Amino acid sequence: MTEKVILAGFGGQGMMLLGKLLAQAAMTDGKYVTYFPSYGTEVRGGTAVYHLIISNEEIFSPLIEDANTLIVMNQPSYQKFKGMLRPDGLLLLNATMIKLNDPPDARIYKIPATEIASKLGNVLVSNVVMLGAYLAIKKLFSADHILGQLHAILKGKKGNLFAINKQALESGMQAIKS
Amino acid sequence: MKQLLTGNEAAAEAAIQAGCRYYYGYPITPQNELINYMSVRMPQVGGTFIQAESEIAAINMVYGSAAAGGRAMTSSSSPGISLKQEGISYLAGSELPCVIVNIQRGGPGLGDISASQADYFQAVKGGGHGDYHTIVLAPCSVQEMADLVYDAFDLADKYRNPVMILGDAQIGQLMEPMEFHKKPQKNLPIKNWALTGAAGRKKNVIKSFYPVKGELEEFNAHLQKKYKMIAEHEVRYEAINVNNADIILVAYGTSARICKEVVKKSHRFEFKVGLIRPITLWPFPTDIIRKMSEMVQCILTVEMSAGQMVEDVRLSVEGRCPVHFYGRTGGGVPTSLEIIKKIAEIVPDNRVAHTLLQLTEVK
Repeated sequence: MTEKVILAGFGGQGMMLLGKLLAQAAMTDGKYVTYFPSYGTEVRGGTAVYHLIISNEEIFSPLIEDANTLIVMNQPSYQKFKGMLRPDGLLLLNATMIKLNDPPDARIYKIPATEIASKLGNVLVSNVVMLGAYLAIKKLFSADHILGQLHAILKGKKGNLFAINKQALESGMQAIKS
Repeated sequence: MKQLLTGNEAAAEAAIQAGCRYYYGYPITPQNELINYMSVRMPQVGGTFIQAESEIAAINMVYGSAAAGGRAMTSSSSPGISLKQEGISYLAGSELPCVIVNIQRGGPGLGDISASQADYFQAVKGGGHGDYHTIVLAPCSVQEMADLVYDAFDLADKYRNPVMILGDAQIGQLMEPMEFHKKPQKNLPIKNWALTGAAGRKKNVIKSFYPVKGELEEFNAHLQKKYKMIAEHEVRYEAINVNNADIILVAYGTSARICKEVVKKSHRFEFKVGLIRPITLWPFPTDIIRKMSEMVQCILTVEMSAGQMVEDVRLSVEGRCPVHFYGRTGGGVPTSLEIIKKIAEIVPDNRVAHTLLQLTEVK
């Protein structure tokens, strides 16, 4: 098993955290994992991209050329990174911010993540909505396993954010099941 | 317990755990996570963290702390490391132990912020003025980054010599599971040469200036003797699949990771591909490469440069077999496919080349 995921959105949409949660979950599960962020010139509002590889075997290059999965949060990121997805890959997109005029050859799931997060009361959890949807499709880790990672990250002052993140994760999973 | 850290963070924490209590740096991408981590951790362990006014100031602060007997470190990326060269020459000339981390980025000049291995010459051939060497260690994973930082401090103290960790933007930024599990080496020589206040003892002098005729030549002879000893005892490399290999790849750091993938894929080929991964770039693993050159059809050196380490490979081989080169510059990272195509181009047997090319087309 080797899962190569490209995560992309604008800076501030939480793609970094989404990937880190998956990477931590993979690590505690005893899997090999590499997580390579874009760095340096990215700013809030700019496009940020992350390369995440999870495998049962040693990972050589952490750079992805043909992704199994593309999780994408906004239109510019979609235009920029759609070419990195394999023809049979999984395309998980934030339908609130992306219009697909010319659907590519891929398994496509449209999740209105920004809208769902706003209804929950905090637009910042749109990334965790996407994470829930991804888990419901690929089933790499259980929701409990991911919630455990979230719990470890949301310590101290951030502790009160756990409840809404849990709701976001469940809403994302529900969006796939229904 | 395993942690998910960037190479930059792993280097910083390993330094703290190795007893480094003096860190001086100046920000530059792609090594900012290292200086940032140090700014938080140093005060926690009662150490000194200074964001210096420049790279030149930072390396000279290292000189001061090292002269006083402390474990001191600085880090930067290529353009900043160029600025430190005068200081490194003085550190080598004064025989002061310290650790310098270079998270290489593209050059020359301001270049760019992506991964590169184009500072090899600067790192292993001296960089600054005078006949000197720094010990140069090249990690290829986040785990190895931490392990080599521990070793760097021990080697520096053992030989009273600056040690450079030569990473690159990819190793610095990459997050991988890693563990801190090494203890600092015991039985290191006592720093009875350090400037600790001379009350009740003969004074110590730390200097790199020998104006009396003959003194400097004598000191250089001492340095060369030390370098010879380091070359005899401290060479490190990883050899993979080298027994009965038809072709040997030579690569370090990020390039070596890609070459490992080629070695793994090569199990489908009709001929065998091996890898020598130098871990110490100085001293260079000359002997094993010379030995290999007598047994293989050819050697291919892979670097993220226009061809620097390949010169040391050729000096090791001394014409015993052809030495080829594949490199990418300016932020380009070689892919396993590109390397296999290059192998197909250079193998002497046309039929093998043909099969390889077919394999690359199938992927």
